Amino acid sequence: MSAGSLTILVIDENRIRASIIEAGLRDAGHRHVTVIHDVAGIARRIAEIEPDVIVIDLENPNRDMLENMFQLSRAVKRPIAMFVDRSDQASIEAAVDAGVSAYVVDGLKKERIKPILDMAISRFNAFSRMARELEEARSELENRKVIDRAKGILMKSRGLSEEAAYALLRKTAMNQNRKIADIAQSLVTAAGLLGPLEGE
Amino acid sequence: MSVAHQITAGFMPLFDSAVLVAAGEMGFAAREGIELKLHRETSWANIRDRIAIGHFDVAHMLGPMPLACSLGLTPLASETIVPFSLGLGGNCVTVSNAVWQGMAAHGAAPDLDPARAGAALGALIRERTGAVREPLRFAVVHPHSGHNYELRYWLAACGVDPDRDIEIVIVPPPFMADALAAGRIDGYCVGEPWNSAAVAAGTGRIVTVKALLWRNSPEKVIGVRKMWAEENPDALAALLRALHHSARWCQDPANRGELAALMARPAFLGQPEAIQMPVLTGQLQLGGGVERRVEDFFLPFDKAANFPWKSHALWFYTQMVRWGQLPHTPQNLAIARDCYRPDLYRSALKPLGVALPGANAKVEGALKVATPVGSAGASLVLGPDGFFDGQIFDPDRIDAYIDGQRRA
Repeated sequence: MSAGSLTILVIDENRIRASIIEAGLRDAGHRHVTVIHDVAGIARRIAEIEPDVIVIDLENPNRDMLENMFQLSRAVKRPIAMFVDRSDQASIEAAVDAGVSAYVVDGLKKERIKPILDMAISRFNAFSRMARELEEARSELENRKVIDRAKGILMKSRGLSEEAAYALLRKTAMNQNRKIADIAQSLVTAAGLLGPLEGE
Repeated sequence: MSVAHQITAGFMPLFDSAVLVAAGEMGFAAREGIELKLHRETSWANIRDRIAIGHFDVAHMLGPMPLACSLGLTPLASETIVPFSLGLGGNCVTVSNAVWQGMAAHGAAPDLDPARAGAALGALIRERTGAVREPLRFAVVHPHSGHNYELRYWLAACGVDPDRDIEIVIVPPPFMADALAAGRIDGYCVGEPWNSAAVAAGTGRIVTVKALLWRNSPEKVIGVRKMWAEENPDALAALLRALHHSARWCQDPANRGELAALMARPAFLGQPEAIQMPVLTGQLQLGGGVERRVEDFFLPFDKAANFPWKSHALWFYTQMVRWGQLPHTPQNLAIARDCYRPDLYRSALKPLGVALPGANAKVEGALKVATPVGSAGASLVLGPDGFFDGQIFDPDRIDAYIDGQRRA
């Protein structure tokens, strides 16, 4: 049986991450992939889709509701358990670390499920890395802005050149064992408190 | 004091995580040489998974949850023990305004009386069934929760079959009030502040409370991975002492303002301070401008609230059997009996010279009034611990109790 014959449901409120996983599953040859962002009315959807594998993000507060639904087995015909094999501890840990959980129709073979779970784990990790890099880039930009403002304040109030203003910030940061951006933020805050220095 | 132990704890944003949160934030853990790392979670399933794989050493859990884990009722189950209870009471049953009007037409009064409210709700349900209307839909937070069992106990005692006459669904606590307002559910049983939140929004009425359904009954506990407890007995004992001091601080009325402000912080409940006060004072707004004070509404410390009674665990077990979650077998009963660990509680707190119950279990429902009991060291007051329908649960007569609750 080919990989594409499994029906996979991805439940993730984060649309970007969901589409990354969906793309990964399609790349791996899975043709029956459904993505749901909103759990309203999900019992009916699951009954329609009859998934073999359900992948859900751990941040989703509706996991308790979904698990209860699986256990009652009204919407889903067959009982579903998390992961295929409870002895596969490493796989379970990797999944939880990545922030993903999976439910699998009872009786499915481990070798059919593992590649799906491994793919979901790596895509979740890639997404987290991306989000982290984006956050770092954003804070880098913020830092640069606040340092520019602090330099401006120093140039205006102490008649320094831009280079001298930056050197002063750097020296202060080194002396206090703090980041330049922190020193700059303190200066901007203090200047804001002390008076309308920047025409405020 | 230097850090001797690092302990990682998970919790859900509910007021009854207060003893654990305050242990970390008010310095009680640090004083015992513990660096307590608190992690807020979004579902009980996450707490269970992270305990099972060792991300968390201990966690704020629903009282029946460690039983469900140890009995293998959930995915990714692991042996979990309970050496400490986080308090007694704290839940309410809230219904929509429409259901309240229907109940009032059948004789309900805004007095929280479980028998009267249950009779009115039963009459309303029978009327709806007769008119072939959709069954009422109630929500609880988890199938293995005190909420699920007390809602079912109440309804069953009032002649309603909770499986046939109504529908019970699972909704996460912070979504309850919204689901009620949107008409997706007709009522729910949940801990505070999520009942007061619906009353404050004008979309729900509190009709009865856990503290009246079963006086001084168990709710949340500290669940501990058994393997971690066995490998770290000193860390666990230090944590239990820190929780003991924290619970005493949480109970003291002088600290209510500070505790409400702590729990209101975005890292914990992220809900306004004012909405934390009903659970602390027992002074509840029921809706429609009616206010009622409930004695022992939520006890984080008093009445031996932190003692992990085996009779509490065994009552949960009987309800799991009652509602078809597992069969009653000698093996299952033995697992349920070993899950709550008063021995660990006692040995950790003994050096403090505080009052400790002498027994591991009690006959639930036997104490009609608050009663001083014999205990090691100082004096201790227990109960009352009665069920609203006058039934008694004797943990030594489990078979008879289970038989008596079997549906005809």
